[in-house]
Amino acid sequence: MKILVVCGNGLGSSFMMSLNVQKAMKELNIEGTCSHTDLASSKSEQADYYIGSPEIMDQLNDGKRKVISLVNMFSLDEIKKALTTHILEG
Amino acid sequence: MLKTYLTEDAVQFKADAQNWEEAIRLAADPLLKNQTIEASYIEMMIENVKNLGPYIVLLPKFAMPHARPENGVNRLGLSLLILEKGVEFASGKGANVFLVLAAPDAAAHLNILSELSTLLSSQEKVDALALAKNYQELVTILEEEEK
Repeated sequence: MKILVVCGNGLGSSFMMSLNVQKAMKELNIEGTCSHTDLASSKSEQADYYIGSPEIMDQLNDGKRKVISLVNMFSLDEIKKALTTHILEG
Repeated sequence: MLKTYLTEDAVQFKADAQNWEEAIRLAADPLLKNQTIEASYIEMMIENVKNLGPYIVLLPKFAMPHARPENGVNRLGLSLLILEKGVEFASGKGANVFLVLAAPDAAAHLNILSELSTLLSSQEKVDALALAKNYQELVTILEEEEK
């Protein structure tokens, strides 16, 4: 399982979001890696799931990629719910 | 760590701003004055929001304007603007805390972001930040975090 966290520049928000996604993955026992990058690079990087803010996910969603939007990236509850819905039950 | 960078001259408290663009310009002003960033960095932060949407609003009330190291960053720096009255972005997202991040490369700022991430995990802390009225109140919130 490879999860890619995406933000506009790839050096601020996506890093912080990836810290929380990693926490959530651990708590949910999801095996895999989580890395972070910027929007432009993410378009050429393969991942099982792409996670980011709704604005960024809208731009990445081409109908083929599996994208997960997060409104509050610091809410561990929201992240766990999103991962459960998309990955564990998906 | 956050406190080390958020010195008194890097932190501003204001009643309001005309719009989000002005808020970003105001928030970044201390970094421009002490030459941590070039004027081009401020323009790029604004361009980023125009091009990519207000993803810099990391959670309700809290925005972290930033651009890339090559857009005019001379060294690592942070500045903070707290508005009594928040400003709205195009999507209806609002913020009254603006933390400007200037990162000179992809690694130097990661410790700061880890600490910030812990702080922002608590909605109570974010609410307290948004209501801080002066530098002393801000320092108290940041010091609680370090304990």
